[in-house]
Amino acid sequence: MPVALLVIGEVADGHLTKLSAEIATLAARLASEAGGEALGLVLDAAPDAPAAEMAAHLPRVVSVASGPAADEVWAPHAAAEAQRLVGEGATHVLVGVTNDGRDVAGLLCGALGWGVLANAAGAAWEDGRLVVDALVLAGKAITRSTVDAPNAIVTVGPGAAEATALAAPGTVETRAPAGETPVPAAVVLERVAEAGAAVSLEEARVVVVGGRGVGGPEGFGLVDELASLLGGVTGASRAAVDAGWIPYARQVGQTGKVVRPLLYLGLGVSGAMQHRAGMQGSQHIIAVNRDPDAPIAEISDLFVIGDLFEVGPALAAELRARRAG
Amino acid sequence: MRILVMTKPVPDPAANAERLGPDFRLDRGASPTVVNGNDEYGLEAALQLVEALGGEVAILTMAPAGGVETMRKALAMGALRGVLVADDALAGADIPTTIRVLAAAAQTQEWDLLLGGLDTSDGAGGAVTAGVAARLGLPLLSAAAHIAPDEAGRKVRVRRLSAKGYDLLEAPMPAVVSCTQALGTPRYPSLKGIMAARSRQITTLSLADLGEGLLPAGGQWPSRVVGVQPPPSRATGRAVTGDAASQAREIADYLTAQRII
Ligand SMILES: Cc1cc2nc3c(=O)[nH]c(=O)nc-3n(C[C@H](O)[C@H](O)[C@H](O)COP(=O)(O)OP(=O)(O)OC[C@H]3O[C@@H](n4cnc5c(N)ncnc54)[C@H](O)[C@@H]3O)c2cc1C
Ligand SMILES: Nc1ncnc2c1ncn2[C@@H]1O[C@H](COP(=O)(O)O)[C@@H](O)[C@H]1O
Repeated sequence: MPVALLVIGEVADGHLTKLSAEIATLAARLASEAGGEALGLVLDAAPDAPAAEMAAHLPRVVSVASGPAADEVWAPHAAAEAQRLVGEGATHVLVGVTNDGRDVAGLLCGALGWGVLANAAGAAWEDGRLVVDALVLAGKAITRSTVDAPNAIVTVGPGAAEATALAAPGTVETRAPAGETPVPAAVVLERVAEAGAAVSLEEARVVVVGGRGVGGPEGFGLVDELASLLGGVTGASRAAVDAGWIPYARQVGQTGKVVRPLLYLGLGVSGAMQHRAGMQGSQHIIAVNRDPDAPIAEISDLFVIGDLFEVGPALAAELRARRAG
Repeated sequence: MRILVMTKPVPDPAANAERLGPDFRLDRGASPTVVNGNDEYGLEAALQLVEALGGEVAILTMAPAGGVETMRKALAMGALRGVLVADDALAGADIPTTIRVLAAAAQTQEWDLLLGGLDTSDGAGGAVTAGVAARLGLPLLSAAAHIAPDEAGRKVRVRRLSAKGYDLLEAPMPAVVSCTQALGTPRYPSLKGIMAARSRQITTLSLADLGEGLLPAGGQWPSRVVGVQPPPSRATGRAVTGDAASQAREIADYLTAQRII
């Protein structure tokens, strides 16, 4: 049976997410290497724009306009579409490592009994089997795993491929919803946005992170200021989130967001394993810490030893001065 | 309110002693074991709900027979009884098998809510709780930051963590909920709790107690790890010392040289 890789796209603010575009590129590459097919799925109340965006990366995209996607949880509906496409021959299902993506992966695993290759940071064919790399044990090791079966569900983290457009965009096929979901979909009564949540951490070019060292909610004023001067977004360590200084949506790390920005700037972050798991893929890492032995030094390009309440304002002044000059 | 919480024993992250064995699977003897963090948050939420509404909290674990030690820690927090699925044939079970076994074991119990973790700190597959919901055909309320069943015991509302904040979800019970740190800090077991846990009942089930068809055909796990390597090391950078103003200049010079600003 020829392989057919199905990518389940995710939509945020009307657009295909960066992660979904990366996974689509990965799938297109894997399909051409195996002489098989790659296709995408977009299920949304308004799927046209994101489906067209996905078709830039994949030869074929199935677009489903679904009313319930707006007022019920998304995953059961996406899983129902995926099951239909599996019925039509999809051999591998790829989703992002997001709350929605993992829900779909879990629902499909329960429904289909397929093996799961979780948290892929990269994927390749070896002896006709899909082998994925994943960072495990809070970043202590990278395992290479496979499924000895013609089918698998793969959850893919950020950075597994760089989103690249095809020479010619693929086709978009519009369909009516598949119908029955594998589990009853819970109703969404309300969507609540918390302050400062408008920009996505995962897509930011610069992420400035405040840790326990910022000392309290006020300390994030400085973090926000530097983030805005650098055209970036504010993140936080778990210690700051658990202390209630900033919402969970800002958490970077193993149990928060995995970020891979051009620049990570950490203020008062020690660099625990579980935090690194969410940021060590950043291109440039700068940390400000008054403890010369803080473990984040091991992965920093610049390790600034000093008090963040002195270095932070000095940096803000320097950035302003250079901008003006 | 009857709540069943799926609790997985995992290496204690604080001990920082996790290791992979020669088969590239987690070496379960290398580290002390605790209840997976997200499961503990779920357990705490369950205990608070039962304290407010009445009822019972039980726990469900699939592990080798030694798993009872970790289960005692959850019982010491206040769970009243435990169900342990232990069977030699389950050593190294893959994700779909874990899902089938936990779903079958959950069906031997009576409950209104089934809680599990959003993911585990060791495997971090993040698929099992949703998979169990699919096997049982029950609503999945995932990534919970707050769990509120109604007094009549018919519906449950969950705040689900979203990219921007949270979504307020509602579904009929029985339902399956996946739990996160946002539920709040778990209690420490009291001395009284630790004593009481010793005499609380842990029922052990084997595969034979759960019916046919739970193991993969052929008896082999199709998923396997074929290799392991250390993470790529980053070239170590330089330490920046001196007064704050010169440090700020050095950072800004770096950002300019790297074309970040
Ligand atoms: C299962 C599990 C999952 C986890 N997931 C995550 C996760 O997703 N994300 C995460 O971040 N953590 C996570 N953690 C927690 C992690 O282990 C650490 O506890 C956490 O990252 C520590 O946060 P921190 O660096 O802000 O605090 P600390 O470790 O307390 O470090 C604070 C640092 O600030 C420095 N400092 C203090 N004051 C100043 C000052 N004035 N100027 C300069 N420096 C100063 C100190 O020297 C210190 O290095 C997880 C833990 C577990 C067990
Ligand atoms: N062996 C197990 N015993 C009990 N619960 C488990 C087991 N494996 C997974 N779970 C549950 O499923 C959740 C998600 O696990 P995972 O998908 O492995 O990350 C965990 O947080 C537990 O609640």
